[in-house]
Amino acid sequence: MNVIVGLEIHCQLDTATKLFCGCSTDYRDDAPNTHVCPVCLGLPGALPVLNRRAVEYALRVAKALHCSVPEESVFARKNYFYPDLNKGFQITQYDKPLAVSGYLDIEGDDGEKRVRIARVHIEEDPGRLVHKGGSDRPRYSLVDYNRAGIPLIEIVTEPDLRSPQEARRFLNKLRATLEYLGVFDSEKEGSLRVDANVSLEGSERVEIKNITSYKGVEKALTFEITRQKNAIRRGQKVVRETRHFVEARGVTTSARSKEMEQDYRYFPEPDLPPLRVSDWVDGIVLPELPDARRQRFMDQYGCSPIHARTLTGDIRIAEFYEKVAGIDPALAATWVADTLLGELNYRDMSISAVPPEIFAGLLSLLKDRAITDRSGVEVLRVILDELKETGTCETPEACVGRLGLRVISASGEEGGDDPVTRAAREAIEENPQAAEDYRNGRKEALNYLVGQVMKKTRGCAKPADVHRVLLRLLDKGK
Amino acid sequence: MGAETLDFRPDDKYHAFLKIVPEAQYGPGRLSGVPVAVKDNISTAGIETTCASRILSGYVPPYDATVVSLLKAEGAAIVGKTNMDEFGMGSTTENSAFGPTLNPRDPGRVPGGSSGGSAAAVAAGLVPLALGTDTGGSIRCPAAFCGIVGLKPTYGRVSRYGLIAYGNSLEQVGPMAATVSGVNLLMSVICRHDPRDSTSLDAPYSHTPTMDIRGTRVGVPEEFFGEGVEPRVASVVWDAISLLERKGAEVVTCRMPSMEYALAAYYVTCMSEASSNLARFDGVRYGPPPDHRKPWHEAFQERRREGFGVEVRRRILIGTFALSSGYYGKYYAKAQAARRNVRRDFLRLFSEVDVIAGPTMPTVAFRFGEKSDPLSMYLSDILTVPANLAGIPAISVPCGKVEGLPVGLQIMGRWLEDERVVDVAYAYEQGAGQ
Amino acid sequence: MVTERDVEYIGMLADIAIDRGELAEFTASFNRILEYFDILDKVTVEEDGGDSAIVNVFREDDVVPSLSPEEALSNAGETEDGFFRAPRVM
Repeated sequence: MNVIVGLEIHCQLDTATKLFCGCSTDYRDDAPNTHVCPVCLGLPGALPVLNRRAVEYALRVAKALHCSVPEESVFARKNYFYPDLNKGFQITQYDKPLAVSGYLDIEGDDGEKRVRIARVHIEEDPGRLVHKGGSDRPRYSLVDYNRAGIPLIEIVTEPDLRSPQEARRFLNKLRATLEYLGVFDSEKEGSLRVDANVSLEGSERVEIKNITSYKGVEKALTFEITRQKNAIRRGQKVVRETRHFVEARGVTTSARSKEMEQDYRYFPEPDLPPLRVSDWVDGIVLPELPDARRQRFMDQYGCSPIHARTLTGDIRIAEFYEKVAGIDPALAATWVADTLLGELNYRDMSISAVPPEIFAGLLSLLKDRAITDRSGVEVLRVILDELKETGTCETPEACVGRLGLRVISASGEEGGDDPVTRAAREAIEENPQAAEDYRNGRKEALNYLVGQVMKKTRGCAKPADVHRVLLRLLDKGK
Repeated sequence: MGAETLDFRPDDKYHAFLKIVPEAQYGPGRLSGVPVAVKDNISTAGIETTCASRILSGYVPPYDATVVSLLKAEGAAIVGKTNMDEFGMGSTTENSAFGPTLNPRDPGRVPGGSSGGSAAAVAAGLVPLALGTDTGGSIRCPAAFCGIVGLKPTYGRVSRYGLIAYGNSLEQVGPMAATVSGVNLLMSVICRHDPRDSTSLDAPYSHTPTMDIRGTRVGVPEEFFGEGVEPRVASVVWDAISLLERKGAEVVTCRMPSMEYALAAYYVTCMSEASSNLARFDGVRYGPPPDHRKPWHEAFQERRREGFGVEVRRRILIGTFALSSGYYGKYYAKAQAARRNVRRDFLRLFSEVDVIAGPTMPTVAFRFGEKSDPLSMYLSDILTVPANLAGIPAISVPCGKVEGLPVGLQIMGRWLEDERVVDVAYAYEQGAGQ
Repeated sequence: MVTERDVEYIGMLADIAIDRGELAEFTASFNRILEYFDILDKVTVEEDGGDSAIVNVFREDDVVPSLSPEEALSNAGETEDGFFRAPRVM
């Protein structure tokens, strides 16, 4: 049974002010209803005036997604009642959207894949509702209009996706593209919301609403596809309906709304003149987008294809990498892509929390072989923990000094009295059996002794040194 | 700025006002100390603004409409808020939730509407100047019925910011006064580009009316004297047009075929827009709150049933129907096509004539209760709605009487030629007074 | 012809309750008015657009001070902790 998925993605555009009024969009840490004015409160008599930057941003997206921009686009009212809706209607675009017929290439299940974009349009965000009195049966609702009027773009794909994994990859690529364009900040809470249409070939289509995270999309689709397959296996029919994704439980539930079929009564918004901006598109100079940057990372820094993909999948990572690549591009690629991202992910931290100069300091120590790889990881962990806790951290130099992690070298001479040689002597004395075994030809016994020496030097000895010194001592005692 | 206070305690025996400001502040300027009445659908900071509806009772806007700011900037004293048909929906001011206004010319008759309070305040001599709003004739109809002058400006010349929307693609705030000079003065104050209204035009008004209309071509469409126009009213208006001719204007008769469906196009449009514009009145952010013990649909439905009068609910419901799936094409889309035809008719006529003249209203002021059937009330707007559909300027100037009741001469002009309709009205007014 | 059931349905769409006692009168006036609107059937609808007097009206993306919380909430019937109160939605 083929899976057919289409997505509708709502993204907040990262403008300074709302779509139709001058209220600030920087509301997330503020008290309710402190970023509102007559326009975004829907006070009688207030009128919308369109934010030019929101249109410019949306056109950038349209161009990056290879859309065509019709000569004229028109705002429309979508009429419905809900307490979070300030005017009893939402200003959106309907039959004349800003942009149509584009595409985005992604890495599909079977190689490179082109996902068609049906349309891109501009609309306003509604307010926020807080349900009081328990989620089962709230006694009343509280409304905050700080979010009301934040500019959104809605991007609608054709039903071209074939699995939850493809959907996730599409979203990741789209998010990366929007962030490269400088129009979107995925780190802001609630800045992206997704509705997904999913069906099994030959069956009815189900719309899943209310997916508010990237991970949620894959989870919701996986659950829903399994649910639909099971239904068909049991001989039931998939009902055409709207379902809600319950993030906490990872399930979709039927909206089972008793309300009638929605009739939004769209009509052109009389308070906003039409847009004629198709000629702006030629003037838009797109920045380097993820695919181009990936290619450049391979060409310029010699990154492997896998590293290049990882490092360019998020503009923050790409820019972070470029700030530290000068130290040693290959070393930096490995340490950012393989080590740093893993440690960040483990701590649920963003790369934005890490000052590049701090990480550059660490890379320099590694490059100069002033610390071992193992110490490098230890220093990184310490620093990330400090950053997570306090927002600041000591320098890698200081950390190395404080923990005594600087590399200990073995002296070249025979019978030297350096820490590595001392540790090696101790290890042999404490483990006579291992030494004996080695001398009797059991080579793996050497590894055990190396481990013992590393432990004694707290990882600060270079493994090659340890090897060399141990061999010398063991051979001598033969 | 040294603010002064105007003592304003009129004997409002016609119930022109919903709210009187007995100690109105004013400053210096061209209207320094002039009492100006403002229709109650125009937002006034700190003064209750209800649109004559219970659903807004107690609502005190935190901001001034742009026109009010402009009045204040010229020193006007805002002395009160005038009565109206609820949300502007009516032609009699009988649809006010707070009781009707009486016509000062005959208290047994309506003052017209929906700006009936403003017209009555001027006609009774309580204020020299008043603001009205005109969605389909709401300035011109009461001006005609009360024997004063009222101008509906070109759509976009006067800011709608702060005007509580009814039919927002149609309506304009406009000046009302006893004389054309008064209308001209008030227009020069309120006509400004406003960046807060996206439909605002940058075409300020600074004009001295002239009586010289020699060579002005005046078109008179047959349809403006058709069925439903009271013969005695028609006769008075023809006399007025003859006077224009004696003053040197050239009068030609013409045809305006789109008049056949202009009224239907108007009502479908304004009802559709109203159904959306009035959706915000749910009692959450302003107005009497809904019953929080009930689920929201039920609570909103109750709140809106109680808050809106019968005519408002009728128009919201029909407008909702006209936009609903399956009917949009039959009603809303057709109305917009008809509207384009009206605009084209005017464009064609205005390539041949400079202004179009006819009666403002088909009859003189109605008796109270005379238009209790909604459709028959709608039909009385037939002569005023074309100007709103086309967005062109139109003025009503008193032009005589029938059985002691005033009759209005309507002059419509080209888009942005508000000055010219004022001149023709002025020439008539001055000529008739000689 | 619009029936009383139709009018009730429209009332739900418009979120306006209609008293049972009013329903007959509303339905009757609806039908008279809609019948009058039938004159619009004569009009042919062409491709619309492009006839706007103005296009492309914008404001710049500059922050303007918002209302104070007191002003924002001053007209609300019921508030709580800076929020507006609304009936329950579930």
